[in-house]
Amino acid sequence: MTSTILWTIAILAGLGFLLALVLYLIAERFKVVEDPRIDEVEKVMPGANCGGCGFAGCRAFADSAVKAPNLDGHYCPVGGSEVMKKVADILGFAVEEKAPQVAVLRCNGTCAARPTVNYYDGVKSCKVKAALYSGDTACPFGCLGCGDCVEACQFGALHMDPETGLPVVDEEKCTACGACVKACPKALLELRNKGPRGMREFVACRNTDKGPVAKKACANACIGCGICVKTCTHEAITMENNIAYIDFAKCKLCRECEAMCPTGAIHGVNFPKPLDKAALKERIAKRKEESHE
Amino acid sequence: MSKITFKIGGVHPDDSKLSRGCAIEVLPLPETVYVSMAQHLGAPAKPIVAVGDKVKAGQLIAEAGGFISAVVHSPVSGTVKAIAPRADLAGRPVMHVEIAVEGDEWADGIDLSDTLVTEIPDDRAAMLKKIQDCGVVGLGGATFPTHVKLNPAPGSVAECLILNGAECEPYLTSDFRILLERTKEIIVGAAIMQKVLGGCRTVIAIEENKPEAIKAVSDALKELPYKIEVLPLKKKYPQGGEKQLIAAVMGREVGSGALPISVGAVVQNVATSLAVYEAVQKNKPLLTNVLTVTGDCLPVEKQHNYLFRIGVPLSFIAEYAGGIPEGAAKLISGGPMMGRAIANLDATTVKGSSSILYLSEAATKRNAQTACIRCGRCSQACPMGLEPHLLYRLYEAGDYDGLEANAVQDCIECGCCLYSCPAYVPLLDQIRQAKGAVLGIIRARAAAAKAAAEAAKSNESKNQ
Repeated sequence: MTSTILWTIAILAGLGFLLALVLYLIAERFKVVEDPRIDEVEKVMPGANCGGCGFAGCRAFADSAVKAPNLDGHYCPVGGSEVMKKVADILGFAVEEKAPQVAVLRCNGTCAARPTVNYYDGVKSCKVKAALYSGDTACPFGCLGCGDCVEACQFGALHMDPETGLPVVDEEKCTACGACVKACPKALLELRNKGPRGMREFVACRNTDKGPVAKKACANACIGCGICVKTCTHEAITMENNIAYIDFAKCKLCRECEAMCPTGAIHGVNFPKPLDKAALKERIAKRKEESHE
Repeated sequence: MSKITFKIGGVHPDDSKLSRGCAIEVLPLPETVYVSMAQHLGAPAKPIVAVGDKVKAGQLIAEAGGFISAVVHSPVSGTVKAIAPRADLAGRPVMHVEIAVEGDEWADGIDLSDTLVTEIPDDRAAMLKKIQDCGVVGLGGATFPTHVKLNPAPGSVAECLILNGAECEPYLTSDFRILLERTKEIIVGAAIMQKVLGGCRTVIAIEENKPEAIKAVSDALKELPYKIEVLPLKKKYPQGGEKQLIAAVMGREVGSGALPISVGAVVQNVATSLAVYEAVQKNKPLLTNVLTVTGDCLPVEKQHNYLFRIGVPLSFIAEYAGGIPEGAAKLISGGPMMGRAIANLDATTVKGSSSILYLSEAATKRNAQTACIRCGRCSQACPMGLEPHLLYRLYEAGDYDGLEANAVQDCIECGCCLYSCPAYVPLLDQIRQAKGAVLGIIRARAAAAKAAAEAAKSNESKNQ
C-alpha cells in the first residue's frame, strides 16, 4: 500500500520534471525577443484603445512608435502633449508640441431655426437616413439628429440636446480622438484647436447653397455674404462655395467677424465676457474711416 | 393556362391597381420646366446650352457624360433661364437646366403624327445610334442607358429578349395603360430591339392580374408580322426584377455579380420599348413618359395616368391632379415596395418617374421593432436566396468578410424581407448600408488589383 503511494508520487514528480524541462527547452528555442520599451510605452498610454491615433489600439500604437525612426505620424489625441512627451522620453525622440483639440459641431440648425418639412420613422441612424434623403429640413447639409456621433463617442463626451435636436460636445470629456468626425455622414464635426482658455471662433454651418436658399432653409445658416472675410484683419477667414471658414491657426479671437455676421452663424465660445456687438461695430467703422483718410 | 413564375422567394402584396381604369391623359405644360442632368444610371449629362438660348422641344440640350450615360433633350420650347443645382427628390442638389415654356414648337425632323410605322429599317448600327441619340434609357426603374444594354460585349449572344410588362409593384398602372393604349407601338419597338439584337426569341411577359393587357397584346400580335410571343406570368412580387423575370421566363439563374447577358437574356421594360419605337420610327427623343397619380387615400375618380413631359415639377402634377389629398401621410415616387419617399415635392420629374403615390398613415406607419425570433420568413421571402436575418446580424457585428461571403452584394433591395418580417426588424435599411459598404470594398479591391497588374506589366516591359 505504502509503496504504491510512493511509486505514484515518484512517477508523477518525474513526469512533471521531464515535462517542465521540455517546456523550458521549447520556450528557450522559440523565444520571441520583444523590445521592452513597447511595454513601457503602453504603460504611459491612456489605455482607452479608442483608435483615435489611427492604430488598432494603444499596444499597436506603442509597437509602431518603438519601431519608427521618429514620431512623425504618431500622435495620441487622447493623451495629448503630456503623454507624447512621456513617450518621447522613453524612446529618446524629440516631440513637436501640438495644441490640444476639441470636437466642434459645425451646424446650428436648431429645431427653432430650421423648420421640419419631412418626418422620418425609419431606423434611428444618421447613416441610414443620409443614404435615403437629405434630411427632415430644407437644409441638405445640416445635422440629421439621430446621434451617430453620440454612439461613436467612447468617452461619453457627446449627448443630444432634446431642445435643439443637435449634439452637444462636453469639452471636459472630449479627447479629440476623432471618432465622431468619422461617424457623421454630413461631416459636421471638426477637430479644432481648443484655443487659449478654451476660447475659439468657428462658423457653425456647412451649407454651401447660395444665400437666399440657405437662409430659407435655416435662419442660422451662413449665407456666404463675405462680410466676415472683409472684416477680418488677420486673413483668417476664407470663403469657398458660399461658406466661410475660420482658420484657427490664424484667428486672433478679436470677435469682429462674430459681431458683423448677419445670421449669427459665427460662434465664439468660452469668452469671459459676452459679445459687445455695438462696441465692436464702432471699432470696425472707426478703423475704416481712418483707412479712408 | 398554366402560368409560370420565378421559383425562389417572393411575396404577394395586394396589387391595389386602383387606377387601372383611368385612361392616359395628356398633362398640360407648366410655365417652367426643370430638366435634370442626372436622369439615368451612370455619369451625369453635360449641358451644352447657355442661359438665354432659345430651345425647341426635342432639341439636344446635354450630351452624355461618359460611356454609361445618356443625352438629354429639351422637353419643351422656350428660353433657358438658368443652369444651376436644384434639389432632387431626396433633397440633394443636382444640376438642372431651367427652361421657361413659350408655346410648343418642335425641332425639325420629328414625326409627331399617330400613324403606325411597322416597316423596320435594316441597318442595325443606325438604329442603335438613333436609340442612343434620342437618349433612351430603361424605364423600368434603374434607367440604365438602353443603347449599352442592346449592344452586348463581343462574345456574348442574346438568346432571348424579354419585354417586362410585369408591373409587379402594387398601385402602379402606367405600364398597364400603355400596354392597352399603345399596344402596337410597343410591339414594333420590341421588334426593333429584336432586330438590333440579331433576331433572338422575343417574349412579352405580363402578369395575370392584367388580363386586358394580355388580350390586347395577343390580338395585336396576330395583326402584325413579327415573331413575338406573349407570356402570362403568375402574380408575384418582385417578378419585374430583371433576374426574377429571367428565372420565370427562361428558367435560368443569373450568377452572383453577373449580367443578364451571361445567360443570354436582355430585359427591357415595355415603356422603354415604346421609347425605342418613337426614337427609331418617329425620330422622337425620350421626352415623355406616363405617370400614375394614385394611393390608398385618394378616391378613384381623382386618380390619373398622365402623359407628362420630362422636367415638369412633381408639385405641378400634384396640384393639377387636385392637390395632396387629406389623410396622405407619405408621398412616394415609384411603387410602395421599392419607390423612394418624396422628401421634396418641388423636385422635377425625370425619365424614369412612374408615379406619385399618396399613402395613408395606416399603410405606411412602421411598427415598433421587436426581437428577431429566427422564424426564417425573410429567408423564405428573399427572391435572391439570401438570408436577410443573417446579413442583418453580420452588419451589426461589422463582419464585412462574412457579409461578402453571404452575398449581400446580390441584394436587389426589393423589400420582401422587410415586408415579411413579423418582428418589424428594419432588415432592408441595414442591409442596404451593408451592401453599399461591401460593394465599396469589392470596388476598392478590384481597383487595387488592376493597379498592381499594371505596375507588374510596366515593370516587365522595363526589364525586357
